[in-house]
Amino acid sequence: MTLSDLGRKDGAPELRPRARLIYLLVILAFIGIIARLIFLQAIQGERYSYLSENNRIRIKRILGTRGMIYDQRGDLLVDSRPSFDLLFVPEDSENPEATLRQLAGYLGRAESELLENFKQSKSRSAFDDITLGKDVDWATVVAVETHQLDLPGVTLRVRPRRNYADGPAGAHVLGYLGEIGPKQLKSFKEEGYELGDEIGQYGLEKKWEQYLRGKGGGQQVEVDAVGRRVRVLSEVISGPGYTVHLTLDRKLQQTAYEALQGKQGTIVVLDVHSGAILAMASTPAFDPNVFARGIKGDEWRALIKDRLRPLSNRAIQGQYPPGSTFKVVMAIAGLEEEAVQPDTKIFDPGFFPFGNRNFRDWKKEGHGSVDLHKSLVESCDVYYYTLGTRLGVDKIAKWSRAFGLGEKSGALLDDEKSGLVPDTEWKRKRFRQPWYPGETPSVAIGQGYLTVTPLQLANMMATVANGGTLYRPRLVSRVESIEGQRVYEQGPEVIRTIELKPETLNRVRSALADVVQGAAGTGKAARSPIIALAGKTGTAQVVEMKGAYLKSEQLTYFSRDHAWFVSYAPLNKPEIAIAVLVEHGGHGGSAAAPMAKMVAEKYAEMKNSPTTQQEARAEGEKRAN
Amino acid sequence: MQIDRRLISHFDWTLFLLAVGLVLLGVVTIYSANYDIAAQHAGALPSRQLIWLGLGLVAMFAALALDYHYVDRLAYPFFAVILLLLLVVDVVGQSGGGSQRWINLGFFRLQPSEPAKVAIVLVMVKYFQEDEPRGGYRLRDLWVPFALVAPLIFLTLIQPDLGTAIILGMVFMSMILMGGLRLKSFFCLAGAGLASLPIAWQFLRPYQRERVLTFIDPDRDPLGAGYHVIQSQIAVGSGRLFGKGYLGGTQNRLDFLPAQHTDFIFAVFSEEWGFIGCFILLACYFALIVYGLKVVERAKDRMGALLVFGTLSIIFWHVVINVAMVAGVLPVVGVPLPLFSYGGSALATMMFAIGLMINVSMRRYIF
Repeated sequence: MTLSDLGRKDGAPELRPRARLIYLLVILAFIGIIARLIFLQAIQGERYSYLSENNRIRIKRILGTRGMIYDQRGDLLVDSRPSFDLLFVPEDSENPEATLRQLAGYLGRAESELLENFKQSKSRSAFDDITLGKDVDWATVVAVETHQLDLPGVTLRVRPRRNYADGPAGAHVLGYLGEIGPKQLKSFKEEGYELGDEIGQYGLEKKWEQYLRGKGGGQQVEVDAVGRRVRVLSEVISGPGYTVHLTLDRKLQQTAYEALQGKQGTIVVLDVHSGAILAMASTPAFDPNVFARGIKGDEWRALIKDRLRPLSNRAIQGQYPPGSTFKVVMAIAGLEEEAVQPDTKIFDPGFFPFGNRNFRDWKKEGHGSVDLHKSLVESCDVYYYTLGTRLGVDKIAKWSRAFGLGEKSGALLDDEKSGLVPDTEWKRKRFRQPWYPGETPSVAIGQGYLTVTPLQLANMMATVANGGTLYRPRLVSRVESIEGQRVYEQGPEVIRTIELKPETLNRVRSALADVVQGAAGTGKAARSPIIALAGKTGTAQVVEMKGAYLKSEQLTYFSRDHAWFVSYAPLNKPEIAIAVLVEHGGHGGSAAAPMAKMVAEKYAEMKNSPTTQQEARAEGEKRAN
Repeated sequence: MQIDRRLISHFDWTLFLLAVGLVLLGVVTIYSANYDIAAQHAGALPSRQLIWLGLGLVAMFAALALDYHYVDRLAYPFFAVILLLLLVVDVVGQSGGGSQRWINLGFFRLQPSEPAKVAIVLVMVKYFQEDEPRGGYRLRDLWVPFALVAPLIFLTLIQPDLGTAIILGMVFMSMILMGGLRLKSFFCLAGAGLASLPIAWQFLRPYQRERVLTFIDPDRDPLGAGYHVIQSQIAVGSGRLFGKGYLGGTQNRLDFLPAQHTDFIFAVFSEEWGFIGCFILLACYFALIVYGLKVVERAKDRMGALLVFGTLSIIFWHVVINVAMVAGVLPVVGVPLPLFSYGGSALATMMFAIGLMINVSMRRYIF
């Protein structure tokens, strides 16, 4: 150890002046803090003390009105009207029970009912309000306003309430609002949602939530000892949500809904030249206005438990075997792949032997000698069993997919189903089994593993009608701010163009016309003096019939077949495509075709009377004002 | 390792008692912050904080048992482990879909960003223990510390945990200044830091930007962040000279305060104990820091002095930023009051830091 080492025994001398500087900094920092505390606690203490004793600074959120929804003509479908909720803050009343008794007197309501409400909400945190009544009537509003001085702590809150002009008619498309759930709240918190807020829970209300929702605002309000507002300390102005314009046509939607009354099913109407959805009705429906007023527990349970599933939008969530309507796709595939010529004749004895099994025709005695035209008009099964075996399942799948079957149509609404187009690849993945040739005939007549949604079939027919262009179906045409500034716009979008020989189109279209117009056609019930339809009937088996040819009346309701009718109109210059599905409706020709006729006739009627459009617009403007 | 009897006789009771006293005062305040008048209890948090105190004491004795010269060997491994944990938390947090700051150890959720504060001090001590060059370090001499600390701060910032990132930055700056950075270089660095603020802004989440903007202009968001700032000030101010009495704070009781048992616990305390209480509490922190600076001066070597100084800077910045935030002088960033706020990782880290200080203090007479 050297002397210099000894000299350094007490640490690091170079750090000492710095440490001394740090003493100074620390002292200054603490003096600063203490000075601030003196300012807050001594100088301003009285003021803050007052503020805290009377801490009656409340945050009052005021959300902007939710956006409106219009149909394609500017006819109002959904808006919000003011409603009043009756609230009570017990802390603002010296004797809450007496106040409630008083209130019950003014309202002519039972005391016990109000007191019950009060007692049940003991667990809320201080100064939270209790909701005594939602959307109370006008008499209550007047009574509370008049006797305000006798009712400390009782207040009215104005709340916009959603109003669906046509009730259940558009329920599945428009959707409904509901209180935000705890799980949703977690993911939406950063966007300014709070417990108790309403949020779109279904349909377009959900899908377009971020546009429809009013922009948040609110006030920081100072209230006096009994909860009355003294003054607004600061305010953030709220703004209304965006207006959403749909492709739907209100009148057509109503007609479609009415046509389905008393049945379970769905009707989809598409504009064949743009993919715009003009109507999409599904029954049984529900009334979204019930959700707007606040659905009760038992009402909700009844909706969920209903065996007929009123909450399901059958147009996009129902997956059904297409049945004979699939023969349209098969006929096109057959001609394009040249598996048959238009005039190729196939003999139908009433059954199709394949392997050790006989596939039956729906007509026990058979259709005799059948060509392509006759096969579609009379919906001959044996013709398509034969054609299907010639094509093989993979070519059937290829053509099905070309027409949009087996895939979701896009960002239309949530929970859209894709349907299923089977092929060898799918079979191998799903079941780890090869595709057996014996499974192909079923698929060829739209049964077996094959399922589609009604929207997909409507779009398939639209594609046949317009000559091979598959458009993406869409519901929303544009979104605008209240000042009319466009923030979103969706025009026609082509998914793909299918190259089809003119010969193919002509043959298939002429057959589809005869399905309705011809003497032997299965879709005669859709024949209309006002507008000419072309279409195809279908009957989708729900349970497999073993041997017997039973009439649907002989079966129990839930095992009856689904009835299909897919069509387009007018015949010669198609504008709309219509798909109708009636669950357990029996035969497509008798159950579904008349509904398509009703909708088509409504369409023609509106088109032929130019005044309707003006009327609608005038009415729409009136409502908007 | 032999136990030197002199070590025990030189145990630093002042530091120990100050720290444990602050923790106990914290527990009492956490009790009040969570006290439910109707139910007449305060839930599990106060007793859980006592468990964390036990854990903290273990950490403290671990920190003072080994001669602090082992820092030389342990600093880098410790640092690497912390960096790894932070990376894990960030990756898991990202895939979990939100901000996540902890790793679940079953009984304990470890927030690696807390021990990261100590990790920075340790690597700085290791780096700066050598005698500094004549005239001090220039910036280019210090690329190693910068390269070490940058990823740590970056990982914390993207969690996002702005408060901890700021603390890490302040501790780092304190360490390189004390370690011998030239003043001229420091000012260059400070200038560069100011210039890079717009870049840092990009890393902030919308709600964090909102808080900063709200601080600059409290009227900007009177319904959200601005409301908390106002309510916190009302709580502090309404305590006046003598406070409203224990369990008597109405601001706290009526849920006007945000994060009342963690970041805003000082508001709860000052509402109930008034200026007198605040003065005493701050005097305890002041005593802790000033006493610590004495230990720095008396440390037997440069390594010990820097080690104590680093841990002191952690405590100092926490206290200043937290109290200033609660009193409405700084924007709301998530920084707890050290030893006082509820939180296991933070408490254990602080106790560990205190342990390091005692370590240096009790070995100053031993050669």
